[in-house]
Amino acid sequence: MAANDPIHQFQIEKLVDFGAVNLPVFGHSEIAFTNSHLAMTIAFVAVVGFLSMATAKMQVVPGRLQAAGEGIFGLIDNLAESIIGHEGRKFFPFVFTIFMFILGMNVLGLLLTFTVTSQLAITATFGLMTILVVLIVGFARNGLGFFKLFVPSGVPIVLLPVIVVIEFVSFLLRPVTLALRLFGNMLGGHVALKVFAGFVVSLGALAAGGGLGFLGIPGAALSLSMVVALTALEVLVAFLQAFVFAVLTCIYLNDVVNLGHGH
Amino acid sequence: MELEAAKQIGAGLATLGMIGAGIGVGNIFGNFLSAAVRNPSAAASQIGNLFVGAALAEALGILAFVLGILLKFG
Repeated sequence: MAANDPIHQFQIEKLVDFGAVNLPVFGHSEIAFTNSHLAMTIAFVAVVGFLSMATAKMQVVPGRLQAAGEGIFGLIDNLAESIIGHEGRKFFPFVFTIFMFILGMNVLGLLLTFTVTSQLAITATFGLMTILVVLIVGFARNGLGFFKLFVPSGVPIVLLPVIVVIEFVSFLLRPVTLALRLFGNMLGGHVALKVFAGFVVSLGALAAGGGLGFLGIPGAALSLSMVVALTALEVLVAFLQAFVFAVLTCIYLNDVVNLGHGH
Repeated sequence: MELEAAKQIGAGLATLGMIGAGIGVGNIFGNFLSAAVRNPSAAASQIGNLFVGAALAEALGILAFVLGILLKFG
């Protein structure tokens, strides 16, 4: 039954075990090279390989691979430029790196390897990293003026305490929603895929059993077409979630970069 | 076993939160489409806003989903 369990695919397994150690801060920890590591390494190699191949033989008139690389580069470049403004170029490397890595992990998780982005620990790390960059940039550029972020201009003085509390809580929720959105989308999509794939197998086994079991064949066919449709949707979601993560990173950065410039 | 049963029922109830996310996402895309049909030249510039809005609305549905998963397997 374990093979048909839709959650089983998210199990982290140790491929190479390095044994347990006692770290000073974290206490008892196990060190191992897991399937999650492997998938992340493959995603990293794929992204770096794709971009270096796209830029290897640069021509004025781009070839197919170069056009793909330029397209994806231009997409994020335009995004950073249009949201953050003329200072968007400074933050482009961060946004582009996060976008490409998440996109690589999502697509590879759908097609080939373990889905790393369906682990809350990974997406939470991305969310925390983004919000740390926002905090550091915010304090470095504005100093204590950073706290103006929680005080929108033009609010009646009576409403101000309520608004400040709401703004503060919504700021604290930003990394949480960043992490949960990616995690939930990937987890939900892959669970749905696995459930329908499980229907195909169990109904097919029913049909193979003979007798009245042949009634399972239309159901299995329907489930199979559902798997195909869901896979198509998941390809869209894999791209869209990486894009949304990049857009939200840009928006949060814009909040602190252009603080008090009436955006 | 009553605790186990309550957990399963709670997980089922938690998924009801997705109704709101469905309404929200449908609202966003429906309004975008009706606006885009009226003024197609402005549609392309709003694609970014469209997806951000959809993602924000969807996040709340995802919270309900995560809550359901936590109740069922946590």
